[in-house]
Amino acid sequence: MLELRNVSFEVAREEGSKETKRIIDNLSLTIEDDKFTVITGPNGGGKSTLAKLIMGVEQPTSGQIFFDGVDITHQSIAERAKLGIGYGFQQPARFKGMKVKKLLDLSAGKKLPMLACNEYLTKVGLCSATYLTREVDKSLSGGEMKRIEIATILARDPKLAIYDEPEAGIDLWSFDRLTETFRDIHSARNGRSIVIISHQERIIQLADDIIWLKDGRVEAEGSAETIMPRLGLLAKDNPFCTLTHPTELHLTEIPTTC
Amino acid sequence: MSVDLSPIDQSLLEEIASIHGMPKGAYNIRKDGQLLERNSSANIEISTKTDNPGIDIHIKPGTKGETVYIPVILTASGLKDVVYNSFYVGENCDVNIIAGCGIHNSCDQDSEHDGIHSFYCGENSRVRYIEKHYGEGEGAGMRILNPVTNVYLEKNSYCEMELTQIRGVSSTVRDTNAEVGEGAKLVLNEKLLTHDEQTAVSNMKVELKGDDSSVQVISRSVAQGNSSQTFNPLVIGQAACRGHVQCDAIIMDKARVTAIPGIEAASEEAVLVHEAAIGKIAGDQIVKLMTLGLSEEEAEAEILEDFLS
Repeated sequence: MLELRNVSFEVAREEGSKETKRIIDNLSLTIEDDKFTVITGPNGGGKSTLAKLIMGVEQPTSGQIFFDGVDITHQSIAERAKLGIGYGFQQPARFKGMKVKKLLDLSAGKKLPMLACNEYLTKVGLCSATYLTREVDKSLSGGEMKRIEIATILARDPKLAIYDEPEAGIDLWSFDRLTETFRDIHSARNGRSIVIISHQERIIQLADDIIWLKDGRVEAEGSAETIMPRLGLLAKDNPFCTLTHPTELHLTEIPTTC
Repeated sequence: MSVDLSPIDQSLLEEIASIHGMPKGAYNIRKDGQLLERNSSANIEISTKTDNPGIDIHIKPGTKGETVYIPVILTASGLKDVVYNSFYVGENCDVNIIAGCGIHNSCDQDSEHDGIHSFYCGENSRVRYIEKHYGEGEGAGMRILNPVTNVYLEKNSYCEMELTQIRGVSSTVRDTNAEVGEGAKLVLNEKLLTHDEQTAVSNMKVELKGDDSSVQVISRSVAQGNSSQTFNPLVIGQAACRGHVQCDAIIMDKARVTAIPGIEAASEEAVLVHEAAIGKIAGDQIVKLMTLGLSEEEAEAEILEDFLS
């Protein structure tokens, strides 16, 4: 179980300025085990920052974060990873010289058999015969990088997986496959928790619980049944919300068959 | 095996040529300026040069799937070893050549090895050349390696060279020269890691002389500590050819890297491209690997290992 108690995160309004801007505002929430939680809300509401605070990429200005009863507020990223928190980046890092196979091995913490690699890549719609020996560098498209990023979380199999906008950069034609992947992750979660930051209605529909984040605060939270009907209303408060449209479309073709 | 190798000799040979004891097939192992052991095979003949110190390696036309090893080790301090090795690769061959130099200098005098290698690749031949330079030892003496590599590629031949220097070499000036004939292709992969006060200079001059000839130069380097590196690759296109030069460096600490990739076209049909990038390890790379449970130091080491892999 993940618990945030009165967490705030502030940044300087401008570089060098003493004036601060509050990105996360005294936020408290609980993510239960075995739950598929979607964090959604308008752009600039603090969703990605919240995910980074949970992973330890950012440190809160105040407040505490507990994971399975352990205070992880001041733990490093690696320590949190070892406790079982995983993170899928919105913009995955590229590594010159590192093969996809190596990245999957590092994710799993061991040398993976080919069969397991095939499984993870197939789940994200990539052919392992084509991709395992490819380098995770700029030769891969944004969509391919996102799929590989998701595959690294599948290989890591963390107790709590956080995906920051996994749909961003995935082309429209592969989106069905992605929602299927998350449907599979959901049904095979076996006590693990999944937190997805998303604007996508079809991903939100998979949720057990939904958290609506706005201005760094939880404006609404609860089961999907109670929050889903209110999403339209919540979204209307913000003209920039892209709730019913894919956030980004890349219409590049990616081979998905072997 | 007729000679005894000390543990230091064995360790150096393993480091530079991945061999344990004497290899099979054709080989020539040189230690401290002297021949240690040599073996020719039915298709590969190794003989001592008569004009200069060094060896001639003649590979019969049509030789396929064979590997020749010519490692050099230096364990004596205060020695300057200059050696000329010439490879004559016949037509229609497909062979591997494993070279390299390992220096163990535990004294305060300098140790230097200058290997001048020339490759004559016959028509339709394929050569894979792997050269690894390495230095170790606790002495204050410099470990110096100044290799010269000359490559002559005949019609439709192919040569792939992996030139690696990872750690321990105080000073190096590398000169690589190539003439690429019609339909021939040269791939130069250079990997370099310098640290402390080390200096490295790599000069390359590749002349694309025949139509449909091509070269790909890929240089990857890591500069740590107070070390300095200079890359100076030049590709000259004299025909309907293709050339691509790529220099990529990771800079750390107080190191200095200079990259001057050059292209020169003397034919309107020449297509030449160069690119160079120098930068530190990207923060997002470190963070990603930390989310996989690696410490910052482990993440950095992993990134460097892959970059130079």
